[in-house]
Amino acid sequence: MATLLSQKKEPGSCKVVNITGTQASRLLEMGITPGIDLKVIRSAPLGFPIEVKVRGYLLSLRKAEAECIEIENER
Amino acid sequence: MGSEDTLTIALVGNPNTGKSTIFNGLTGLRQKIANYPGVTVERKVGYSNIDGQAYKIIDLPGTYSLNYKKIDERITYQTLIGEYQHEEVPDVVMIVVDSSNLDRNLFLATQVMDLGLPTMLVLNMGDVAKERGIEIDPQAIEENLGIPVFVVSAKFKQDIGTIKTAIANQKYTIPKPLLWAPGKNLRIAADVVIDKWLKPNTQLPERAHIIEALRLISDNQIDEAFYTYENKEFGQKVIDEARFLIENEGGNAIAAEVLYRYDFINECTKDSVSQEDEDKKSISDRIDEVVTHKVLGPIIFILVLLVMFQSIFTWATPFMDLIELVFIKTGSWLTAILPEGVLTSLLVDGVIAGLGGVVVFLPQILFLFFFIYILEGTGYMARAAFVMDGFMTKVGLHGRSVVPLMSGFACAIPGIMATRNIENWRDRILTIMVLPFMACSARLPVYALLIAAFIPKTTILGFINLQGVTFFSLYLFGIVMAILAALVMNQFFPKSDSSPFIMELPSYKMPKWSAVFQNTFERGTIFVKEAGKIIIAISIVIWFLASYPKVDIPSHIPTESTVTEASFSPQQDPDAYQLKNSYAGKFGHFIEPVIKPLGFDWKIGIALITSFAAREVMVGTLNTIYSIKESGGEGLTLKQKIINDKDPETGKPIYTTATAISLMIFFALAMQCMSTIAIVRRETNSWKWPTAMFLYMTGLAYICSLIAFQAGSNW
Repeated sequence: MATLLSQKKEPGSCKVVNITGTQASRLLEMGITPGIDLKVIRSAPLGFPIEVKVRGYLLSLRKAEAECIEIENER
Repeated sequence: MGSEDTLTIALVGNPNTGKSTIFNGLTGLRQKIANYPGVTVERKVGYSNIDGQAYKIIDLPGTYSLNYKKIDERITYQTLIGEYQHEEVPDVVMIVVDSSNLDRNLFLATQVMDLGLPTMLVLNMGDVAKERGIEIDPQAIEENLGIPVFVVSAKFKQDIGTIKTAIANQKYTIPKPLLWAPGKNLRIAADVVIDKWLKPNTQLPERAHIIEALRLISDNQIDEAFYTYENKEFGQKVIDEARFLIENEGGNAIAAEVLYRYDFINECTKDSVSQEDEDKKSISDRIDEVVTHKVLGPIIFILVLLVMFQSIFTWATPFMDLIELVFIKTGSWLTAILPEGVLTSLLVDGVIAGLGGVVVFLPQILFLFFFIYILEGTGYMARAAFVMDGFMTKVGLHGRSVVPLMSGFACAIPGIMATRNIENWRDRILTIMVLPFMACSARLPVYALLIAAFIPKTTILGFINLQGVTFFSLYLFGIVMAILAALVMNQFFPKSDSSPFIMELPSYKMPKWSAVFQNTFERGTIFVKEAGKIIIAISIVIWFLASYPKVDIPSHIPTESTVTEASFSPQQDPDAYQLKNSYAGKFGHFIEPVIKPLGFDWKIGIALITSFAAREVMVGTLNTIYSIKESGGEGLTLKQKIINDKDPETGKPIYTTATAISLMIFFALAMQCMSTIAIVRRETNSWKWPTAMFLYMTGLAYICSLIAFQAGSNW
């Protein structure tokens, strides 16, 4: 069962399953493609934005963008 | 291509790839280089001569994709396909790639390669990649992509030499379009869009067809094209047909292109890049653990700001005092040596005073940008935005609004200039519109005068000084009004759902000092050149209003002021008499009925008009009206004169505490700064925003002062 990246509470790795919503094409271009490993590093003071590592670089995502990313928790 | 003998080179790449450093190295012409995504919003052009061949070099805005959703992406795309104003297609495209982040950087590279232009690839920041344990085989990448590849770290001089040699010896290799081998269904879909729609219906140059077709398939946004496409209904039908071709086969129309490109990139880098220890914590990661910490992060950010503004304040003040002194001395020197007359008055009170009004802002602007460029250059700015974004979005602003807003405490002008760091136009304009509520240093003398005159020095609770509390409240009032204004305006501005915060957090590095100084200098120049023109023009207008029409000073008024008693007497001072009878004076009388409900009389009316030049001018104007001579050490101070001023008919004091509070509120809220107006005009490139700003801020000031005065005097 896939969950949304925005629901992932604690830091850690996961696998991207699907990208949907209005920001989909931008997120895809940035290299967040289905099947890629993504690691949540931390979240900002009020919970969002979150900082993730994908394809070796760091990216900040707001809640609205994290809601576009379906993930599968690893292990 | 290009003009006869000059060859054009376009530099393309993601943000933070060191593109600008290469540009500076090649041209010697400085521009912004900053470790902060999206800094280069403007296109920069420079010239270089390599082995006797002249080159025109265009530094394009850093972008992640040619699929243009933002203005900078669009400019890049238009330049590359020869549709930017009347420019030709570039002769050579140089793609600059961050070696430590190859996958995402090559995505843009594969798009650019589809344009069929002579292309070369520069793998920059090889040193950073090596530090992270990334080994790259440039030979293998060259073979996979079929274009020349060079490894440099543009920080070093000899690497710029390498790039120059590469440019001189290049063979204009044109990459093979669609090297990334899109799947059959995407290929067919793209051809449908090209053959049925782009070819027969648009003037789009042929080399741009494939990129535009793929954009239309994935984004489905025919309206956002920068061409005025006709017959859009038909175009939409074609696009729907193409998308159906993909979806019918079980594909995803939005993702198809991106997935095929990344598949290709993975194939390319599989054998040519090796990385060990991906999870090893770098120094950058360790710094981030502290700097972006949930609790420590905001505290550190506030401390950084405090240190920054404290320094600006203490360092800029002596320079500002010096500048003011120089302009005043120059003015009086010119008055002394030049014959008395209109021209001298225009020169001294109009031009020199106006010029002084421009230059006096320079120290603050230079210091602020000096700090901002250091913070950007290190990569901290992106972290600050990350940490503050949650708080700022609550009031409808952006994480990157914080620094400009805080700069507003020193002066709104550098603050408004600093909003360039906010990529999204809506967020940027909102920040600009509320920024002048922050209590800038020009309000200080006005507050100081009024507080000293009307707020008792009482101490409450044994240690709190009422005057100090008033000061603090005025600052707080400005912040609260800025937040409220942002919340309200948020409702009026159309919420674009494309206000993303997909922001890269670049690795920390030392700022490049030459760039910091050059950029700071550039910001100062822009201010003097662009805003200066408007400020001087308005200064002259205000000078005219305050000096004309010339009246004959009645003979009973002595040429030297002898006023000492504590009342206002324009009958006894020539300057005050002149001001009273000038256009500004008449206007002051004229608007008196309008400002009366706020507790202001015509004298304040005049001061309000002249203070449009700059808020602190209000104090000087009142000095003239009350005939306070700088040299008159024996005379009463302005403060005492204001307190003692009585209504000639009723004998009651003209200024009460309610008047003072009303006036302070007016100064806190009204847009009375032509320099701000000028810089908003320059930054938004339209008179619409400064006009709206003036009307809403001054309107709000009027209403609030009215309420305050009416409530205060009927207590």
